[in-house]
Amino acid sequence: MSPTRILFRRELASYFATPVAYVFIVIFLLLSGAFTFYMGGFYERGQADLQPFFGFHPWLYLFLIPAVAMRLWAEERKSGSIELLLTLPVTMGQAVAGKFLAAWAFIGIALALTFPIWITVNYLGDPDNGVILASYLGSLLMAGAFLAVGSCLSAMTRNQVVAFILTVVACFLLLLAGFPMVLDFFRGMGLPQGVIDAISGLSFLTHFNAISKGVMDLRDLFYFGLMIGFWLYATTIVIDLKKAD
Amino acid sequence: MIETRNLRKRYGDVVAVDGISFKVEPGQVLGFLGPNGAGKSTTMKMLAGFLTPSDGSAAICGHDVVESALEAKRLVGYLPEGAPSYGEMSVLGFLEFIADIRGLGGETRRRRLDDAIGRLSLQGVVQQSIDTLSKGFKRRVGLAQAILHDPKVLILDEPTDGLDPNQKYEVRGLIQAMAKDKTIIVSTHILEEVHAVCNRAIIIARGKVLADDTPAALEARSRFHRAVSLSADNANAVRDVLVRIGDVAAVEIDAQDQRVTAFPRAGKAIFGAVVEALKSNGIQVREIALEQGRLDEVFRQITTPSKEAA
Repeated sequence: MSPTRILFRRELASYFATPVAYVFIVIFLLLSGAFTFYMGGFYERGQADLQPFFGFHPWLYLFLIPAVAMRLWAEERKSGSIELLLTLPVTMGQAVAGKFLAAWAFIGIALALTFPIWITVNYLGDPDNGVILASYLGSLLMAGAFLAVGSCLSAMTRNQVVAFILTVVACFLLLLAGFPMVLDFFRGMGLPQGVIDAISGLSFLTHFNAISKGVMDLRDLFYFGLMIGFWLYATTIVIDLKKAD
Repeated sequence: MIETRNLRKRYGDVVAVDGISFKVEPGQVLGFLGPNGAGKSTTMKMLAGFLTPSDGSAAICGHDVVESALEAKRLVGYLPEGAPSYGEMSVLGFLEFIADIRGLGGETRRRRLDDAIGRLSLQGVVQQSIDTLSKGFKRRVGLAQAILHDPKVLILDEPTDGLDPNQKYEVRGLIQAMAKDKTIIVSTHILEEVHAVCNRAIIIARGKVLADDTPAALEARSRFHRAVSLSADNANAVRDVLVRIGDVAAVEIDAQDQRVTAFPRAGKAIFGAVVEALKSNGIQVREIALEQGRLDEVFRQITTPSKEAA
């Protein structure tokens, strides 16, 4: 078994060894349900799709994913186990990847447990299941990007609260960059369209919305892949710089 | 084998380790002594591959800790300061994780696990989560983790810290039992430990090696080396007799317990002469001892910015 897989297994098991996992999953399911039915008007819309469900994911993730990500490295540094981990025969890349993948898989499990809403919409009507599948994929990719940002910021501090707040702020900015209001603001400043597109292109929201409409554009997948890769690479650099203190 | 050449570590302007060079061969147990903040842990962290040296080099059995980090890490068993581990895991789960990541499999894996658990008497707690264990047990879990893959090189940062005297005794026994074919570095504050387990001691302070010798040779640097101490009813009378002996450099009386200590001139043995003088003067002593030298005194003398330099 590769070191990444061993680390992945250990990490994933550790989520379920404490109440963290269960609390997270329950809150995630409750909130996503509440948003869909009360704020999204799932029934009132009278449409057989999951737009009201997925539409709230970016905002749900904004607070829940930093809560998962904050412990990734801050906790290792606080308890000193980072010293143990990095003196085992694993490379920095394997350690970062193993921990990230475990957290991502954990979010994936929480996301998969929303399946009753998919059953519901299929029972009530005749939705386009291709679009729903694409939306799930888009949601998972966006979660990965949030998580990668959180991984990097968690490595900067040994204080989990600081890690949480930094991640929320960073992710908020990355979401906001695609918001029509924000883009209009920049447009009002008289910036050229190219710059506006670049700003909106940086946003999670733009790419997530594209995927969740069922449009599988390679560029959107590439964007999330690149985002995750970039932030994980940044994580390895931050750990290298900060592990001494 | 461990070899360091001019090893340096800087944190900004602070030089934590300032050009340390030494070589430790298999069979040697090197005691790393020094005041807090002397650079002991930083040196060990560099040897274990956690910190990157700012300058100089270190190699484990010929593998440079930076150039071929993975090979070096495979050969090392490392107990970090404070014996950190993953608290939510069970002892067995944790050790199995270490075994997996160390690439132990099949029969070897089971045998090594049994061996480590047995050597550190962890049988009774293997199913408990590490968070619920006492400090002593946590330390032993850390040690079990370090010896699990039967490493050629052991780096132990304060292995007996937080253990009770019985556990200390056991851990020292463990280190001695493994010393035969391994290279071991142990850092400690406890000087008696150097006697108990080490056959070589390095004293470092302010990031530099100040002494590198066997524990016995270090003791010989003490002014108590070959001194004679005794207790008798009339300490002052004893002193008057002893100062007249030619090879005695000085006689001191301890203000607290009235114990008399006679210090020899450099390189002289005075035990015989002292006994002789006491007998011929008809002085009864309750008890008399030949001092080996005091490591704590040598330690203080070496590590405190010297008076003789002033």
